[in-house]
Order: sequence, then structure tokens, then C-alpha cells
Amino acid sequence: MLLDVHGLRKAFPGSERQITVLDGVSLSLDAGDVVALTGESGSGKSTLLHIIAGLEPTDDGSVLFDGEDICLMDDGGRAALRRNSISIVFQQFNLIPSLNVRQNLVFHARLAGRAASVDLPALATSLGLADHLEKFPEDLSGGEQQRVAIGRAVASEPKLVLADEPTGNLDEDTGQAVYDLLLALARRTGAALLIATHSMRLAGAADRRMHLSHGKLTE
Amino acid sequence: MTGPVLAALLSHWRRRPFQLATLLLGLSLATALWSGVQAINAEARKSYAEAAGILGGGGLSELVRTDGGMIPVKTFATLRRAGWLVSPLVDGWLSADGGRVRILGMDPFTVPQDTSIAATVEPSLYPELVGKNGVLLASPATAARLPDLEDRLRAIEDLAPNIVLADITSAQELLDIAGFSRMFLAPVQPLLRPDLASLAPELAIKPPATANDLGRLTDSFHLNLTAFGLLSFAVGLAIVHGSVGLAFEQRRPVLRTLRALGVSARRIVLCLVFELLTLALVGGALGIIVGYVMAAALLPDVAATLRGLYGATVNNALTLSPLWWLGGVGIACIGTAAAAANGLWRIARMPPLSPARPRAWIMASGHAMRWQAAGAAVCLAAAICAVTFGGGLVSGFVLVGGFLAAAALFLPTVLSSLIAVAARWSSGPIGQWFWADTRQQLPGLSLALMALLLALAANVGVGTMVASFRATFSGWLDQRLVSDLYVTVEDEADIPAFMAFLEDKSDAVLPIWHVDAEVMGAPAEIYGVVDHPVYAANWPLLSALPDTWNRIAAGRGALVNEQLARREGLSLEDRLPLPGGWTTAVVGIYSDYGNPLGQVVLPIETLTRHYPDVDRSDFGIVVPEQNSEALMAALTEEFGLPADRITDQGAVKEFSQSIFERTFAVTGALNVLTLAVAGVAILTNLLTLASMRLPQLAPVWALGLTRTTLGRLEFTRALVLAALTFTLALPVGLVLAWMLLAIINVEAFGWRLPMHLFPLDWARLGALSLGAAGLAGIWPAYRLARRPPADLARVFSHER
Repeated sequence: MLLDVHGLRKAFPGSERQITVLDGVSLSLDAGDVVALTGESGSGKSTLLHIIAGLEPTDDGSVLFDGEDICLMDDGGRAALRRNSISIVFQQFNLIPSLNVRQNLVFHARLAGRAASVDLPALATSLGLADHLEKFPEDLSGGEQQRVAIGRAVASEPKLVLADEPTGNLDEDTGQAVYDLLLALARRTGAALLIATHSMRLAGAADRRMHLSHGKLTE
Repeated sequence: MTGPVLAALLSHWRRRPFQLATLLLGLSLATALWSGVQAINAEARKSYAEAAGILGGGGLSELVRTDGGMIPVKTFATLRRAGWLVSPLVDGWLSADGGRVRILGMDPFTVPQDTSIAATVEPSLYPELVGKNGVLLASPATAARLPDLEDRLRAIEDLAPNIVLADITSAQELLDIAGFSRMFLAPVQPLLRPDLASLAPELAIKPPATANDLGRLTDSFHLNLTAFGLLSFAVGLAIVHGSVGLAFEQRRPVLRTLRALGVSARRIVLCLVFELLTLALVGGALGIIVGYVMAAALLPDVAATLRGLYGATVNNALTLSPLWWLGGVGIACIGTAAAAANGLWRIARMPPLSPARPRAWIMASGHAMRWQAAGAAVCLAAAICAVTFGGGLVSGFVLVGGFLAAAALFLPTVLSSLIAVAARWSSGPIGQWFWADTRQQLPGLSLALMALLLALAANVGVGTMVASFRATFSGWLDQRLVSDLYVTVEDEADIPAFMAFLEDKSDAVLPIWHVDAEVMGAPAEIYGVVDHPVYAANWPLLSALPDTWNRIAAGRGALVNEQLARREGLSLEDRLPLPGGWTTAVVGIYSDYGNPLGQVVLPIETLTRHYPDVDRSDFGIVVPEQNSEALMAALTEEFGLPADRITDQGAVKEFSQSIFERTFAVTGALNVLTLAVAGVAILTNLLTLASMRLPQLAPVWALGLTRTTLGRLEFTRALVLAALTFTLALPVGLVLAWMLLAIINVEAFGWRLPMHLFPLDWARLGALSLGAAGLAGIWPAYRLARRPPADLARVFSHER
């Protein structure tokens, strides 16, 4: 099993009392699985992805990745995991504004020491970005920026791609195209994909669907 | 992995070359002003050390006469015959182009090898050195000032400036004296030798100087320069702090992405430290080059100041050690670290998902206002404690530093209150928005405005001090220069004929005779005056016993200058010990601005009785009815006086005033530079803020204000803030001027000056600060006025 999340709890301080967003959440993913995570805004989808990526601490529970508990790792260990095995695609793209498209695409792969194996022309063509390699993020549309972010995520050959509302900032057609691209690339590389979305239509294309509501995860 | 991280971080600067230029400008200006001042100080101290090495005998004890007089040759012979290993030295001053040079005569055959003199003179030179017309050694610059001795002078590069080294016989001949000034005592002496008291009871052993007297004397001046350098450095760092802090904040999204991509916080901080170090090295190197050029340009004026205020001679050319270069790089690194420490600390503790909020970062400094006000109170308390419980120059500087820091820290709070009052008074919607928006901008601009306040206050303070000094000095010169003509006779044998010639052509002939001596352990001048009403009418007495001049004429007391009185704590009626073992009463204290030495005025008969070797060649002549020119011509014709031996009052005054102006040229230059750096700080802050202003300006634009109006309002804002800062800087500067005149000057130079006010100078400075703010504000305002509407519209398209 690639990812085994068990009994995850997370609460945030509210104005009057603690707000529990994850209440004993458990899920598991094998290599190559494509799982859609749905839920309303504020239901805790992003928090769950952040905890799995080691970006946020948990209050209780365990996150085993390749048999190792992320929650027990130190900051360096979690950083190494994100560098080498887990990629994240954000809703806000989070490209590096001062690097051009070419540099952004290979950036994560360079951090992981896998830049040599990146076939940049093929990747750029598959992303529809072959003509934009020298442009900077500010010169691209939202859909183009998200495609760069997806390309950056898969170019590093991760075992798991976490996508947090990757189409949330895009119009319907562009969002569909980006989503299709993400699925195709994930399937091609064999990476597991956990994608948070509140579009039921997009979620329908995944192998499995999970719904997060009131802190509970249901399949 | 570090490579791509560094590349990602550094790419920020490639996309923002102006921000990089700002940062490097701030760093290099801060380093330049600091290291320039340090270069000047280092050069001056090097000159003092060289002079002290030569003059002080390199740490050997000396034999001197207790009454400060010359040692007869017979005494030297007696001591040598009794087994005392002593070596004679002649020490005196000779007129030269542009002032005086010091003549040091030594005996090459007995001079102890441990002295700097022995180390300076190659033994192979001894045969040429000895004898009446022997070779004279001097630095090339000093040699050039003695054209009359050109044939005998030999230039030696390493010799201290303003010193001529000669054989003892040559020195006696040049100075026209007999005997020796003092004697070196060899470090190892025969055990069985007679007691000094039995051989020469009039002599005493003077232990080697434990510190460099000249260095100690001039410390205050260098401390002053260092304070100015530090102020400029702090102003420069305001620019660095703004640029670095903003760059950190602007890159938060990148840092967050890097963290998400698996780069640890530690590695990010290390990369940022590396980046800062590289920037510090580049900025520091540029700053050192600029500092060197600045120091080389200012050094001649500093040398003139030191000569004028302390009689210290400093080389006019810079020869800097590697330590100075390293120091410059070091201070650039320390400055960068100080400016970036807070930002680095925040990044090191930043959670991986921390959002980027450059505006919030700017505004967050607003919360610091309360802490700043508390800090201001602490600084003020420290200043008051320093002046209440401390003493001396260091306490004076703590007072000034504490007061200035308090004023700067308190500025944002005061400005914020003033703007709030203005907002209450304004009725129109644009006015209300303008004041509210100005108040919101204040935290982002506060550091630059604090820098401007410091620069303006320093300008007002130092400007008032210098102008007060100038006004007082000018009045004092008018009083002190009572004679219309000043004459130096060529031969003392001519004096009777000279006096007879002037008897019916002048109102008075006043001898200006003096001896250089040691009074109460420090070098001083003892002058003699004749009994003449011109002194009572003009002499600038600060305090005196009744009937002062009659007491002087009757030989019942002496006048002392203010610096001698302050240094030795002398008051009226105190007994003043004088060389030769006699004392007299202090009957008056007079102001004597610009003189580094203590001075005593005695009746001329007393002077000649106690010091018969007095130089009698100088006279002042009071001429009836402005007849100076005719008398000058007559004297020149009658006595064949060359032009340099007869001067009129106007020329002396002009010369003194030119020395004065030169003395403060360096202060003026540093003042202007500090103000310029503050102007740059405002410009960079305004430009930085301008890049983040769109979200505030776009809604106002959408509501109907044109871009040109917005640009005009931005420009007005810069002017209003500068005007308010200037208004607050004025009282701060005046208090600073009072501190400089009443505390620092007294501690540093030994005299106190009255404070004069110069409103015209303030008006000029106010106009200058508005001009600087206007220049700084015009470009951001112009850019805003010309901004494409699409840029402003995009603010709304980003809304979600």
C-alpha cells in the first residue's frame, strides 16, 4: 500500500470553540490509484491534502507513506518526502514568478535530482506549452499556468500527486481540459492521484470517489 | 539541490533590477560613508603615531629641566663624564611655507638605538648629517615647504609629516638657540653612577609617554567624525532594511512553493544568507571604492582642521592598510545582517503554508509604533541619565545619541497624530481619503522619514553650531586683532631704530612677544603685553577681577585663556604655577577660539625677566586714521622688510577666516552626504510602496478620480510628509545645536560658544528638504499618472 491514512483528527481554534475539520479520517491508496475527494467549501479537503503532504501537523492519527509515518518525521524528513515522492498541484498554481516556463517545468525534477530524465520537448508538447517555454508566469492565462503546475508536478516522477482544486480558478472548458490532462499524465507515469474537487462531474472520471463532510470521510 | 533553490531565489533580482540597484545603493552608500570616515581617522592616527614615534623617543625616558628651560651643554658633559648614558635633543619650530615645521636635532653618535630616530636614520648617512651645514632629513611634502633650505634637504618617504630631522649642531643653528631641549636616557645605565640630584638638581626624569598625547587630544574630533559616519551608516541601512524586508516578503509565495516542493526551511535560510552575503560583498566593495574616493577628497580639509584646532599634522595622501579594506567589507556584512536579521528570523519560523502578504508586512510595522514610542522614552531616559550622572565627552555623546534616537523613534507617533488632526479638519471626500490614505502609508515610509529627520536635525544642529562659531569667531577676531599692522623685524638689533621710526607715526607699538613652554604639564604659550588702553578696550574677557589691566600692569597677576582655565579648573584669584618655579594669580579669563594650546598673558617686563630668551621680533602697530598702507610702504622702504614680514589686519583676518571655513568644510560635506542618503531612502521607499499601491488606488480611480489627480495627490503626499518631518526636525536640531555648543564643544575643545539663531538657513534647508522629497516623489507620481488603465482594472479581475 502506498498511502495509509488512519484515524486522522484535526481541529482549528474558532471564535468560541474548536472547529473540528477532520474527525477520525481514514483512507488508503495503492500505486496508480486515481481518487477524487469531494466536499463542500471549508469541509477540510485542503487540510487533509496538506497533512498528507506533511505541510501541516495533525492532532491525532497516522499517515503512513510507503510504510513510514509522516507524522513522526521531522521537518527535514517531510521535506525530503515532498521532494522525492509527493507532488502537489495547488488551486493558485504557485509557480515561481521569476522563472520562465521552461525553468518552472523542470524545477521540481531538479530538486529531486531527476532533471536528466525529463523529456522537456515532449512534456511541453503534451501540455500544449511548446510555444510558451520562454514566457514568464505573468504572461500566461490561468489555464496555461495550471498546465505548467501540472507539468512541474509530474516531471519529478512522484509516487503520489496531490491536487487541491486544480480547476477551481478556471472556466468550465479549461478546467475540463486541465483535469483530463492531469489524469492522463498520472496514468502515464503510474503515479497515484488524490484530487480534491467540488465538481461531481470531474470526480466522476476518477477510479474512486470519497466525500468529506462534517469531518467524516465516506466512500 | 542547493543550485536550483539559489537560482529560484536569485531570479527575483533578475526580474526586479531596480530593487536590486536600490539595495546595492543603500549598502554601498552606508559602507562608503562609514569607511570613508574610518579611512580619514586611520590616516590621521597613523600620522600621530609616526610623529609620536619620532618625538617621543620610542618609549624611552627623558631628562628635562623642571622649569621647562634649556639644558646647558655643560650639564650634558657632566652627566656623560659621570657615566650617565644620555643623548641630547634639540626641539623647536621654524617658519615655513604654509605654517611652521618642527626641527628635531639629535646626536647620531650617542642616540640610543631603541629610538625611532635611530631607526629612521641610516648609519651610512651619519657623516653627511653632522656638522654645521649637514644634511637635513624630511618627508618630501615637508621638504617642499622649505625652499630656502633646498640644498641641504634630503627627502625620506617614511618620515612623519612636518618634521625635519637634523644633526644637533644644525638644529641649534637653524633655531638660533644654545643648549638642549631634553636628553634621551638609554634604557640600560651603569649601576654605579652618581645620583642625578647631585649632578644636575635642576633636571628630572620624565617617564616615557604611556599614550600618544596627540592621539588623545584629537580623539574628540575623530569621535565626532565617527559619530557622523555612524549616523550616515544608519541612514543608509534604512534603505537596505526596506529593500531586504520587502524582497523577503515578495518572495513568500516562492518560499512557500519551495517548501511544498520539498526544500527544508533550514536550506532556504542558508540560501538566503548566502544571497545576502554575496550582496553585502558586492555592495561593500562598491562602498569601499566610493569611501576611498570620498576620504581622499575630504582628507586635505580634515588635515587643515586638525592643524587649525590641535596643531596636529596629518598626511594629505591616503595610504590604507589591508585591515581598513577588510573592515569595510566587515561593516557591510554586519550592516546587511542587522538590516536583514528580522526578515530572516521570520522566514526561519515561517509555517510552510504561510501566505504572502507584502502589504500586511508593510502595515505590520504600524503595530510597532507603540513599541517605538516606548523605545523613545527609554532612549530619552538614558540620555538624561548620561548627562545627570556621567561626565566627559563620552557622556556627551550618549546624551546626543540618546536624544536623536528618541526623536527618531517618536516621529511616526507624532506624524500619525498630526495627520489625524488634519483629517478631522478636512471636509471634502478627496481630502478625507488623502489624509486617511497618508496615515495608512506612514508605517511603510516611517523608516525613511526617521532617516530624513536625523539628517535634517544633524544639519540644523551642526549648521547652527558652525554658524554660531563663525559669528562668534568673527566678532572675537575683531576684538583680538587690535593692531592695524603686524610686523616681524629681521634682527632684534633693529628694534631701537624701529621703535624710534614709529614713535610719531603710530598710536601704539605693541610687542607680541612670547615663549613656548610647558604650563601645568601641557604645552602652552606665554605672552607679554605692554600697559596700553587698547587692551582694556578690546580684549575679549569672559570673566575678570575688577581693575584687571591695572593689576596686570602692576605685575600682580596674569590672564589665562578659556581652554587652560577649563582644563586645569582655574578660577579667578587661583595661583598659576609657571615654568621657572614661580607663581602668579589669575586675574582674568579670556576667550581664545581655535587655539589648541593653553595661553598665559603677563606684563612684558615679567615675561622678559623670567624668560630672557623670549623671541622679541613680532610687533603690532596701531595706526592713526586708517593710514596702514602708507605706513606699510614706509616701513618696507626704511627697513627693507620683505612682504612676508609685514601684514595688515585685513590679511590676518582673511587668513584666519579661511582657516576657519576650511576647518568646517568636512562637517559640511558629511552633512550634505547624509541628507542626500536620506533623500535616496525616501525615493526608494516611495518607489517600493508605489509598486504595491494599485489595490488602494484602483477603487478610488474606479470611483472617478483621474490618474493624473491620483499622481498629483501622491506627489503632494511626499511633500506634506517631508514638510511635517522638517517642522519636527527643526526643534530637534536646535536642541542638538545647544548640546554641541554647551556640552560637546566644552568637553572636546575646552571652550563654550554662545548660540545664535539663523532662520534664513532653516528656510534654505526647509526648501532643500522639500526639493529632495519633491524629486523623490515626482517619479512614482509620474508613473502612476501614466499607468495604463488596464493595470488598474486588473485589480478587480483578480477578485474572487
